[in-house]
Amino acid sequence: MRIGVVTFPGSLDDVDAARAVRLAGGEPVALWHGDHDLKDVDAVVLPGGFSYGDYLRCGAISRFSPVMTDLVERARGGMPLLGICNGFQILCESHLLPGALIRNDHRKFGCLDQRLRIENTATVWTSAYDEGAQVTIVLKNGEGCFVADEPTLDRLEGEGRVVARYLGDNPNGSLRGIAGVTNERGNVVGLMPHPEHAVEDLCGPGTDGLGFFTSVLGALV
Amino acid sequence: MARVVVDVMPKPEILDPQGKAVHGALPRLGFEGVSDVRQGKRFELELVGEVTDDRLAEVHQMAQTLLSNPVIENFTVRVVDA
Repeated sequence: MRIGVVTFPGSLDDVDAARAVRLAGGEPVALWHGDHDLKDVDAVVLPGGFSYGDYLRCGAISRFSPVMTDLVERARGGMPLLGICNGFQILCESHLLPGALIRNDHRKFGCLDQRLRIENTATVWTSAYDEGAQVTIVLKNGEGCFVADEPTLDRLEGEGRVVARYLGDNPNGSLRGIAGVTNERGNVVGLMPHPEHAVEDLCGPGTDGLGFFTSVLGALV
Repeated sequence: MARVVVDVMPKPEILDPQGKAVHGALPRLGFEGVSDVRQGKRFELELVGEVTDDRLAEVHQMAQTLLSNPVIENFTVRVVDA
């Protein structure tokens, strides 16, 4: 199973994401933002970081990179696509996911082990989790405050499209504590916390993040 | 040559942490009487040739597609003397 990981100028977590794919049993494939070549991958991860220096708005420039024009089309066709942190911002800017991510309400960069509840296990990226599972995954962001208008929030909750929600204190002001959402089809998931930093006991808060990467392998079989 | 200015502002209902930070700093510097601050962005576009309705429509397109995110921001377009 070939899982592409895109590197943009300013990506930070592409190597960790590729490592997580490998630990889950997949074959990571490096993709480059400037190429149209998706190298026959079966799914793609957009990693965290500060692509294009977060110029203009987080993800606003990346959205128009060559690789994204192909990815948006493939994702609309059903290819699994996971956006983590900056990747989530890119997915919102691409309008593959609703809402937007703005600066944390407390204006500080947060870096912590964050408890989450997995609320939707029907997506291709979360099927390995039990519904309502409480997991701990690293959260590190400056602009992770998820916002959308009230009708959109109601629709997301009504359709069960909130993938993960923060437990405990809201770490960044995200409306209704939303940490991740999915599209209608369940193949595109955006997540502010970093599951790729929670895949080994040696470093990070455990292995709770591995499920995102094993889920997609199961879905692609 | 003509200059077109695009002002982009966070929508009123969207939290503006940067504006809040600026608002909080003003009284510390002794500036009183400011009840709120919203922070936006200003883009100055130098257009080649005449400003026609078609060109302005195109600037609106630029503003909607790239310069602003319509989910969280509003924008205005105006022509100014270069």
